[in-house]
Formats: sequence, C-alpha cells, structure tokens
Amino acid sequence: MSSRRVYMDYNATTPLHPSVQEAMVRDLEIFANASSMHEDGRKARGRVEEARKAVAELIGCGDNPEQIVFTSGGSESNNTVFATMFHLGRKGPRRGIITSAIEHPCVLNAAKWLESEGFPVTFLKVDEYGKLDMSQLKASLGPDTLLVSIMAANNEIGTIQDMAEIGALAKASGAYFHSDATQAVGKIPVCADDWKADYLTMSCHKLYGPKGVGALYLRKGAPLEPLIRGGHQEHGHRAGTYNNIGILGFGQAARLAKEELPEYARRVFALRNKLRDGLVAAIPKVRVNGHPVNVLPNTLNLSFPGAEGEAILLYLDLAGIEVSTGSACASGSLEPSHVLLATGVGPELAHGSIRFSLGRATSEEDVDYIIEQLPPIIKRLRAMSTVEA
Amino acid sequence: MGDAFSWLYSDVVKDHFMNPKNVFNPDEGFEPDAQGMTGNVKCGDQMLFMLKLKDDVIEDVRWKTYGCASAIASTSMLSEVVKGLTIKDAYNIKPDDIAQRLGGLPDNKIHCSVLGDKALRAAIDDHLAKTGREGAFRNEGARIICTCLNVSDRDIEDAVKQGARDWEGLQARTKIGTVCGGCKKEAEELLHEYVHIFAEE
Ligand SMILES: Cc1ncc(COP(=O)(O)O)c(C=O)c1O
Ligand code: FES
Repeated sequence: MSSRRVYMDYNATTPLHPSVQEAMVRDLEIFANASSMHEDGRKARGRVEEARKAVAELIGCGDNPEQIVFTSGGSESNNTVFATMFHLGRKGPRRGIITSAIEHPCVLNAAKWLESEGFPVTFLKVDEYGKLDMSQLKASLGPDTLLVSIMAANNEIGTIQDMAEIGALAKASGAYFHSDATQAVGKIPVCADDWKADYLTMSCHKLYGPKGVGALYLRKGAPLEPLIRGGHQEHGHRAGTYNNIGILGFGQAARLAKEELPEYARRVFALRNKLRDGLVAAIPKVRVNGHPVNVLPNTLNLSFPGAEGEAILLYLDLAGIEVSTGSACASGSLEPSHVLLATGVGPELAHGSIRFSLGRATSEEDVDYIIEQLPPIIKRLRAMSTVEA
Repeated sequence: MGDAFSWLYSDVVKDHFMNPKNVFNPDEGFEPDAQGMTGNVKCGDQMLFMLKLKDDVIEDVRWKTYGCASAIASTSMLSEVVKGLTIKDAYNIKPDDIAQRLGGLPDNKIHCSVLGDKALRAAIDDHLAKTGREGAFRNEGARIICTCLNVSDRDIEDAVKQGARDWEGLQARTKIGTVCGGCKKEAEELLHEYVHIFAEE
C-alpha cells in the first residue's frame, strides 16, 4: 500500500477541524448534566446554548436559536420529521408526501415506511443533471399534500436544487416543507427563512465536527412529534441527557463553517475544477455527472465507461487515494447508485462511477497526484474489460 | 473474515488483483478454440473466458472482465489452476476451491468470484458443442439441493436460463421444494445468485 494518503471522501465524513478538537478537549471536564440546576449544570447548559446560537447563525436564524433542536445526526433529524408526518397524517385530512428519487436512504426509507402505512408518496423525478422536475412538483402538489421533503444538495453528485422556488411552491399549497441540508451547510449559503423551510436537517460530522451530533431546525409553530420520548430536554422535542461535548463541538464547527465558507468554497471549487479538467483531458470518454453549475463546490462525480467502480476504487486505495463509488459491488447490494440511475445514466455508467469529494485539507498536490495515478488505472481496467469504453 | 475490505489485503489476493494472470491482450494473438461469456454489464459484472485445448486438455487460457476486485482476483487464480487440467476436471472445480486458495472471501464477495467459474464452464460447453458433445457435462459436479426430488444446482441454473425469476417460477419448472420443503432456503439463495448472473433484465 502506498504510504501517501489522499483523502477525497469528505462527503462521507470529515476529520475534526483542529480548532473544534481543541475546543472539545479544552471543555472535556464540563461533565455535568446540562439539565442540572447547580452551578456546574448551569455552566454546561450555557455551553449548549452558545452552541445552539452558533448553529442557528449558520442557517440564518441567529435571532431565534430556540428553533434548533439537537439530535444524534442527520438520520435522526430526517426520521423525526417523517414520524411527525405519520402522526399528523393519521389525524388530519392531508396525507400526501412528496419527495425526490435521489434523497439519502434515511429519507427514502422513511418515505417508503409512510407509503407502507398507506400514505400516498410521490418520488419526484430528476433530469440528467439531478435537478428536480419542477413541473412534476407543481402537478403533484394539491390540497392533500402534507409534506414536501427535498434535499438541498445531493451527497453523491452534488447537484443543488432551487430551494427558494421549491419552498415557495410547497408553502403556497399549504404543505409543510422540509429540506435535508446535511450536505449543503458549510458548503453553500443556507438560509432556512429564504427557503421558507418548516424543517431543516443538519449533521455535524459533515462540517469538521464530531460524529453522532446533528440538528433539526424547526420553524416556530411547526409541529413536532418526538422520536425519542423521555425528559423535557430540547423543549420536550428530543429527550435524552445533553451530549455536552458533541454539542459544543457542533457549535465551534458551525462558527468556523460560517466564517470560512466564502474562502473555503472558492478554494475547493478551483481545486475540484482542476481535478475535473485534468482527468477529462487525460482519460478518454469520461462522463461528468451532476449539474455543471449548480453543484457543491467540493463534489466531483465521474463515470468511466468500461471500468467497474469497485475495482477503480480499490486500485486507487492501493495508491493511497480514498474515494467512493456508485457501483453495486461496493455497496453490498446488487443495485448501483439510485441517484445516478435516477439521472438516467444507465446501470453501466452508474457501476463505473467514482465520487471525489474534496475538503479543507485538499491541496494542489493531492489533485495532481490523482491526475497522475488514475489514468493508468482506467487504461488497464479498460484493456481487460469485456465492455467497450 | 474481518471488515468488508480486509480480504483484499491478503498477500495472495493482492498479488492477483495487482497483477492478474492470463488476462487477454489483443497484441498477443491468442486464438481460442472455445470461449464462454457470462454475466451482464447491467448487473455490474461480466466475464469472458477463452480456452486453448488439445485432446480435451486445457493448454492455455485467457480472460477478460468488466468486474470488481474479487472477480478479477478469483478469475486470475482460476486461470492458473485450470491450466493442464482435462476439461472434465476443470468443469468440476468449485468456486469454494478458488475462494479457499485466495484465503477465503467475505460472503458478499462470493457471488463475484462465481462469475469466472461460470464463464469457464460456458467455454467448456462451447468446446463440447463444437465437438459434437453438446451438454455432455450437464451433470458433472452437480450438487443435489433438493433430495426429495433430486433437483441439482445445475437444474436451478438451467431453470433460470430458461426464464425462472422467482420461487414460483423455479417450482413450476423443477417442482423443487414441493415435498418436505427443507431445501427452500438454499435453493432460494442459489436462485437469487443465478438470476443476478444470468438474467438479462
Ligand atoms: C444527504 C444526507 N442526509 C443524511 C445523512 C445522514 O447523516 P448522519 O450520518 O448524521 O445520520 C447523510 C450522511 O451520510 C447525507 O449525506
Ligand atoms: S428437499 Fe426439497 S422438498 Fe424435500
């Protein structure tokens, strides 16, 4: 194995920002239960509330930090919204759920669960770039629609949706609007109000904070049925003793993400485009997946016809380069990426897809190294392939 | 086995993955006497196996694949093992033998390694057909899955090739599992496997 390691899988997760790590280590002794009334408890609670404010500021609602509910991550936040819809739909007249075909499995499977409970669920189509079919959205909205849930940016191909427009349509129909913004926060500007979101999902480990912490933005007045019942933490929205250190790590990560966003986005986007141009020039017949413009600055998804994704991934791994693939073989299922299939690329290109997701520590040298290492790997796999590139 | 990828880094597997043996190279001028193809690109893996034969003995082989790392490593290993074998012995090689030579494969990778074995058998069948012995090895190496009704893994494979896609379809063709039902679990696993490998859709 190569001693050189180039991590290009930041959409899967990120390392702790050194300053987040520092803050967490510094405050490790803050152990008291943040619900306790004594001084240590109040101190712990103070840190939790500071973090809440920082997270609120990251999505443009710093004046109302109580709209942030801390959870264990993106999956929990998303499931909380769908569980809430289950309760609302059983009691009220609206039951229709509209989401997209390219959501993260935690939304897709929550939507399928509602479907199995008899809720009418629409999985909206996307175009070849992964953009939502707006005319299908308009046609699907109706007086029965309970929830519209659309991810702000896709984790695999990076395509960004027109959130303000989708939010306005959803609200005009009287539905609740939720967005899984897990991949968007920290990478593009996110403003819950501009999007007219009732609910917005975030996960801390995607923005250089610790794993196992997330948040759900909850617009004032939007209903919420707790997924976890118990004590009165988080205004009764989510029970369980406060995860002090995780939450304050989230606060620091949110502060940095907000502060560094313009510079981060500019730098990473330039590197991403350099990687794209370098690979497209060096390797024949590369397909660039995702939207050419409305795309996360750090995400590059490519298909290499004639070469299978898991084999590419593992040859890259042996060269020290860490990426992910939409190939079925790597996922352990027999189906390749549902996101790429939804964009209509066809199974063969989906099996041969590689996602490069860049991050804070990505350097010019890292990009150069990939541009040097990948072309011979593709050439070799294509030479032994039964499939014409 | 440890985590999903640790198998790759056993020295044997790594060597076969990094330097696969007997891969077809168009510049070599390898002229196969028989060949067989299996799998399909839609499912993410396809394999072509080519044989050079003399008096039913495999003299040399080449292969190509659109496949994952374990398909590459196991077919490379298989291609070394079959050289010098009679077609009958080669036909009887079991995927497990190859997996074991590689130091074992995780469960979710076994199916990828089966591909080389299927392509090899398709190539041998091609040779048999070309020499007027079509289907002669039909029952070679077959393993009885349903003891009540004497249905083998080959019968299940054939049923899938003829269009069986689910348990009902398989039963309609083979009557498998209609007596004691004890074979259902294993038969369903094989059915799933073969549908993945042989079904066009
Ligand atoms: C778009 C999206 N939503 C949700 C999640 C799940 O977040 P978590 O890992 O915090 O549960 C992820 C991360 O894998 C994601 O990329
Ligand atoms: S073993 Fe198949 S029915 Fe009994």
